[in-house]
Amino acid sequence: MTQSLNYFKETPSQTAGPYVHIGCTPNFSGLNGVFSEDLGVKILNDQAEGTRITVRGVVYDGKGAPIKDALVEIWQADAKGLFNSPSEIRGAADPNFSGWGRCPGEMESGEFVFETIKPGVVPFKDGRPMAPHITFWIVARGINIGLHTRMYFPEEIDANAADPILSRIDHKSRVPTLIATQNGSEYRFDIHLQGDNETVFFDI
Amino acid sequence: MSNEKRAQGAFFQRDRNWHAPAYTPTYKTSVLRSPQKALLSLDNSISEMTGPVFGHNQIGELDNDLILNFSQNGELPVGERIIVHGRVMDERGLPVKGALLELWQANAGGRYRHKKETYLAPLDPNFGGCGRTITDDNGDYHFRTIKPGPYPWPNGVNDWRPAHIHFSVFGDGFAQRLITQMYFEGDPLIWKCPIVQTIPSEEAVRQLIAPLDMGNTIPMDSLAYKFDIVLRGRRSTMFDNRREGN
Ligand SMILES: [Fe+2]
Repeated sequence: MTQSLNYFKETPSQTAGPYVHIGCTPNFSGLNGVFSEDLGVKILNDQAEGTRITVRGVVYDGKGAPIKDALVEIWQADAKGLFNSPSEIRGAADPNFSGWGRCPGEMESGEFVFETIKPGVVPFKDGRPMAPHITFWIVARGINIGLHTRMYFPEEIDANAADPILSRIDHKSRVPTLIATQNGSEYRFDIHLQGDNETVFFDI
Repeated sequence: MSNEKRAQGAFFQRDRNWHAPAYTPTYKTSVLRSPQKALLSLDNSISEMTGPVFGHNQIGELDNDLILNFSQNGELPVGERIIVHGRVMDERGLPVKGALLELWQANAGGRYRHKKETYLAPLDPNFGGCGRTITDDNGDYHFRTIKPGPYPWPNGVNDWRPAHIHFSVFGDGFAQRLITQMYFEGDPLIWKCPIVQTIPSEEAVRQLIAPLDMGNTIPMDSLAYKFDIVLRGRRSTMFDNRREGN
């Protein structure tokens, strides 16, 4: 006999279902008058430091159809690479930038849009720099457990090549699934749940 | 160990055999929405160990009271009045304070207040179906609501969802992000539900079934159900020398 570890099991995930918007973005779904505003709508205010960018995309299913009931959340560092989080111990992040955004897919097109800033560099646990990136979390009807992934920036060619996470991907042909396309300050990051372009999702 | 130190380590890896797999063909929508390639397994970086904080100032006074937060002209929603309460803790049993909980549910007849909802059960003019709250220093939370009804859904020819409340949970790190559903003790529909059956073990399903909590009922007013939520625990940081050279 040994002592018990006395750890609990994590509560099992269940799908967000078709009506996740009622709970997470009720004003968006037309359920007005309960919450003053939906959380995660605004990531920054006018005083936030950094380069303004827009990130758009669509989550596609295995037949290439846009998913219209998805909810997408992002989490990222500020322009200096610091997180606005109690767990951030490296310094004080920009108080004008929350780093967290939440957007439901538009009900007809499925497109999500985030108005944010380009994040700075965050160190990996061994001190090597990670290329600038935005963490994504995706839930929808039919997704049993939320999907984690990252968006990287196409102009960061050298930093991406040295990134400790991207370099962990065995099939180099899959790396581009994590890199947005750019048009000025607009970035496009489509997410494919299946198929040849299936996005690399993380068990992290 | 102080809470401050505890909020810094990497999270325990997720037990993917405890959770539902992505591909669960008896829940048909998962067929085209399940990644088919292997996930990339990684230890957390700072990007996942950190997470946003939510303040009580963002939450309204009635946000956790679904009996009153959509009531029109002081009229109350139809249905069994219940309290849903519990504790958010991590896998080490430590309370998660400041966790954001958001919930949504159907009304007593099993109807959601949503544009795309077509079930013939009527809307309740006094029930919206959404609530949110933040856990206190002990990780405790409470909501007041009405018990949702079961409802049929298009999957098999005759599939019904057991009565359930959807929960979205935000701990203190983004890697803990979780959405789940709470079921009610004694509901025979639980074990017939294709969405419940995506979870591999009966033991794990039981973790989603809230028992009736007579001790916390309010006599002549409301029944109570207790629903504890466990988020991923953090590793101790004692021999971690990461974050040097920043
Ligand atoms: Fe539901």
